[in-house]
Amino acid sequence: MTKICILDYGSGNVGSVNNLIKYLNYECIVSNDIKEIENSSHIILPGVGAFGAAMQKIKKNIPIDTLKNEILIKKKPFLGICVGMQVLADKGEEFGEHDGLGWIKGKVIKLNSRILPHIGWNDIIIKNNSAIFNGLDKHRDFYFVNSFHFDVQEKNLIIAETEYDQNFCSAVQKGNIIGVQFHPEKSQKTGQILIKNFLNLK
Amino acid sequence: MKKKRLIPVLLLKNGYLVQSKSFKFYQNLGNPVQAVKRLSQWGSDELIYLDISKGSNYDIERDDLKYKNSSNFLSIIKKVSEVTFMPITVGGKISNLFDAEKRLEIGADKISINTAALENPNFIKSLAKEFGSQCIVISIDIKLIDNKYRIFSHGGSKETDYDLEEWIDILEQHGAGEVLINSINRDGSGTGYDLNLLNIVSKKAKIPVIACGGVGKWEHFHEALSETRVDAVAAANIFHYVDQSVYLSKKYLYEKKLNIRKPDLIEI
Repeated sequence: MTKICILDYGSGNVGSVNNLIKYLNYECIVSNDIKEIENSSHIILPGVGAFGAAMQKIKKNIPIDTLKNEILIKKKPFLGICVGMQVLADKGEEFGEHDGLGWIKGKVIKLNSRILPHIGWNDIIIKNNSAIFNGLDKHRDFYFVNSFHFDVQEKNLIIAETEYDQNFCSAVQKGNIIGVQFHPEKSQKTGQILIKNFLNLK
Repeated sequence: MKKKRLIPVLLLKNGYLVQSKSFKFYQNLGNPVQAVKRLSQWGSDELIYLDISKGSNYDIERDDLKYKNSSNFLSIIKKVSEVTFMPITVGGKISNLFDAEKRLEIGADKISINTAALENPNFIKSLAKEFGSQCIVISIDIKLIDNKYRIFSHGGSKETDYDLEEWIDILEQHGAGEVLINSINRDGSGTGYDLNLLNIVSKKAKIPVIACGGVGKWEHFHEALSETRVDAVAAANIFHYVDQSVYLSKKYLYEKKLNIRKPDLIEI
């Protein structure tokens, strides 16, 4: 049975993600409790704000060993959103260098664009097909808010890119681990399709 | 490619959705939660809610309007964020970190600051440090007097000493994420944006600029998006008077080949 656990480390848009999943009629809990993480079928790590601050809160509030066991060993589908995607990297360069979770090789660096932050609706260019893109033939616009991007080392893990004065990785996937730079919970219909696809992953 | 944004502004006075003209005249336009459902269906890119009530008295239990008024601004925002899946900016009456946190907690994605930033620019810095620049919108109320753009605080009632370009520099240095430009002269006039003002600001700013004030017809959105570098066009009155307003304006702009999200009526 699909049972979603949204991790809450005290960084922003947990409520919006929860609202959307409830709206889609799935069973969902916001929790960092070891039992709840173990009992869930899908795990979501939302996020807004800066890399270093997010990592600090994650280390403090989330049982990382449990998370590693559920995601890296048991291979439960995992979705990191925005900063929740960026922390998958080895390191982040926002406000000084910080260590990330290091589940996907690469570094989070500043976008090289004239106007920052990159705010608003932008489309994704699919680089490698993934089940999370099912049904997104007409709708490819997602809502972004970012000044940094994940410079993924193994380019074959990049499943989508987005253009903003430069091309950057807007979605990455390594098996059951998925990260998206945009906010599906704020992307109306397009976001709902993507979240449904994620929840259909086994 | 990143799209230009179309943003309806909802002005809330004592819990009611109202219209404004030169920051002065108000007329009740109905229930703000019903309004947001319409604006979602018509495919708005995001929404801005501004609380323009004077004082803190929200007690207006009127029965003669045939619908129950949700008199508390924050409870309205909470309801709105549960039914709409797009970014919401909330402004008005934010003067400390606690006010900001309260609004972000109940579902706002960004907060808009005006007077409190002018009184103490370091407030922008503490907000950015605590919540991130991405959620800090600085709103500037500007009036053209003797051919010079003057910045006003306190809902357009008090002139400040800041020079416009100087203020843009300061707010960027302090970590603002976006800037919302309101022309007091054009507010509610329907005569179009102050394109000269938008040009000055959008050439100067290194953060996204949102234009506001003066839209009376769809062409005015087109002018701002094609003749200036603004990232987004916002308007209040026009979006609440015309049925399917957002959809129709987007359709107009899309057919004119402007870089916006494809117009769509969304079933919710």
